[in-house]
Amino acid sequence: MTNKPPGASTGPAGRKARPSAPTPEKLREDQLTGKQRHRHFFSRLDYKYSPYLYVAPFFILFALVGLFPLVYTFVVSINDWDLLGGAGEWVGLENYTAELSSPLFWNSLFNTFSIFLLSAIPQLAIATFIAAMLDQNLRAKTFWRMSVLVPYVVTPVAVTLIFSNAFDEKYGLINNLLQVFNVDPVAWKTSVFPSHLAIATMVNWRWTGYNALILLAAMQAVPRELHESAALDGAGKLRRFFSITLPSIRPTMIFVIITATIGGMQIFTEPKLFNASSSVPGGPDRQYQTTVLYLWDLAFNRGDFGRASAVAWMLFLIIILIGVINFLLSRKIASSGEKRAGRRPARRGRRAGKTAIPASGQDMAEARRRNHG
Amino acid sequence: MVNQTLNRAAPLPRRKRSHSFTTESRPGFLVYGILLAFFLGSTYPLWYSMVIGSSDSGVFASARPPLLPGGHFWSNVAEVFNTVDFWAALGNSLVVSSVITLSVVSFSTLAGYAFAKLRFRGREGLLVFVIATLAVPTQLGIIPLFMMMKEFGWTGSLGAIMIPTLVTAFGVFFMRQYLVDNIPDELIEAARVDGASMIGTFWHVGVPAARPAMAILSLFTFMTAWTDYLWPMLVAPQTPTLQVALSQLQSARYVDYTIVMAGALMATIPLLVLFVVAGKQLVSGIMTGAVKG
Repeated sequence: MTNKPPGASTGPAGRKARPSAPTPEKLREDQLTGKQRHRHFFSRLDYKYSPYLYVAPFFILFALVGLFPLVYTFVVSINDWDLLGGAGEWVGLENYTAELSSPLFWNSLFNTFSIFLLSAIPQLAIATFIAAMLDQNLRAKTFWRMSVLVPYVVTPVAVTLIFSNAFDEKYGLINNLLQVFNVDPVAWKTSVFPSHLAIATMVNWRWTGYNALILLAAMQAVPRELHESAALDGAGKLRRFFSITLPSIRPTMIFVIITATIGGMQIFTEPKLFNASSSVPGGPDRQYQTTVLYLWDLAFNRGDFGRASAVAWMLFLIIILIGVINFLLSRKIASSGEKRAGRRPARRGRRAGKTAIPASGQDMAEARRRNHG
Repeated sequence: MVNQTLNRAAPLPRRKRSHSFTTESRPGFLVYGILLAFFLGSTYPLWYSMVIGSSDSGVFASARPPLLPGGHFWSNVAEVFNTVDFWAALGNSLVVSSVITLSVVSFSTLAGYAFAKLRFRGREGLLVFVIATLAVPTQLGIIPLFMMMKEFGWTGSLGAIMIPTLVTAFGVFFMRQYLVDNIPDELIEAARVDGASMIGTFWHVGVPAARPAMAILSLFTFMTAWTDYLWPMLVAPQTPTLQVALSQLQSARYVDYTIVMAGALMATIPLLVLFVVAGKQLVSGIMTGAVKG
């Protein structure tokens, strides 16, 4: 931004010089000169306004289909809006107070957070462990890296159908196995905690390997010299893992946690399809009805757009709040870990032949796209 | 800029790294054992769906589920075809995902190039706006979006499925990050001195340089569009994508799991093919921290 690009002046000026050059030709090619002057004028316009044309499609489309609906959700939420009746009268924050005093809303929030905790904690632990296994001088390195990513290409709908079968209370694989060990069958689809566990298992299965690769990338960015000198000082493998690897990948771990949170807040597909025989979405007694599922039910089954929009807007605020916490945390970590991580970007870039994106932007991006549903 | 370009190409650090590799010993059997166990856990559910999907419904009557596939796979597949229009759903998914990918990648490359390499008033402000919107969960705007589609009479069409994801802030940010380091400013200057128009410069300098990033962005955009369920289910259940058709299979046949499993497996095959072809790129895409699908 600071230094003006040479192209800005040399380009048009260079062409300007041509028409005003030698005269006999000029007389002869009078028309051509006019053409060129024309071209010069357009070239300036081109230079000045083309950038706006290039970014315009994105901004226009994004405003129409991304931002406008989100803002308009708020408008709907302060009206008594109906699926069939359309816009009703203005009710202020009534929809919000109604939802805040609704046990169903709180139930959905509880379920969402519970499923999230059950998926995020084991997922992070196992992903870190697998990443540490992958972060060794393996034979057939590419094969092992690809092997952990297989679940990622199974779509959430297919994952849910497969696990929904395995967790079937009567015929499912899991209860069959439990029977072999003389354990009583578990009511996976009708009691609260087991159903949360089952849904968390689906999320974990699909995402653990994926996160392991992210953590592996962070581990590989730790300078090998650190490991080598620590090994020379007599530090064992375990000691090096806890004293070097873990502290170095902490920023990445926090990003993985936060992104998993934001994605987990929007979980929909798994609870929606977990139990097809339940007429109420999210279990007969809403045992695992998450907030987005509740929102969907409120809007499109019960037709109450106003209250559903209030739920959407409150969930939106929760997610933004988490985003802000994320931002503050990552800044704090970035400033405290600067010295240690000083070499990382270059290393990463060189290894992959690409430049790594600053983590704070990248994890936000992931969070937005990675809604489990 | 020149320095960065040189740095990336410099062979010296690479040699140093491989040197440190040779001094590092190979891991023992335990590590391979753990990874193998994880691999089996990662693939077993697919195997399980193969086993159930190739059995007849009597499989659930036996005390212990079989370990090997049965002989009813094709009859179950035929049953899937009878229940849902599998090929139409596959076609819908292909069309929707391809158009979304094409749109996201073109607009992202165009805007990312402008943000990375062109100077214009308000550039920094607009870029900050793009970054700020990365975290916005646009999925929560489904209610007004649905109202819009209904108002225009677009519900039930493939277009309605595509519209909300035709552009992503992430795509623009990603292309910008890649291009800012991968096109030397000198190249753009040279093109301009030679009298190339802006769009000509973009086409002959920007696009070739952007190609690797475009490939990665395509891959992940396609995956995301392919796996989407909530919006297609909401706005166009009449013209179902593969995911929606699969869920309809479940609600139509929730008792007969063998057919649902066969369908789940069939719906997984396209992405498994993609994985075999482009798995390496997926891995490196995730590991460069570039794309998070």
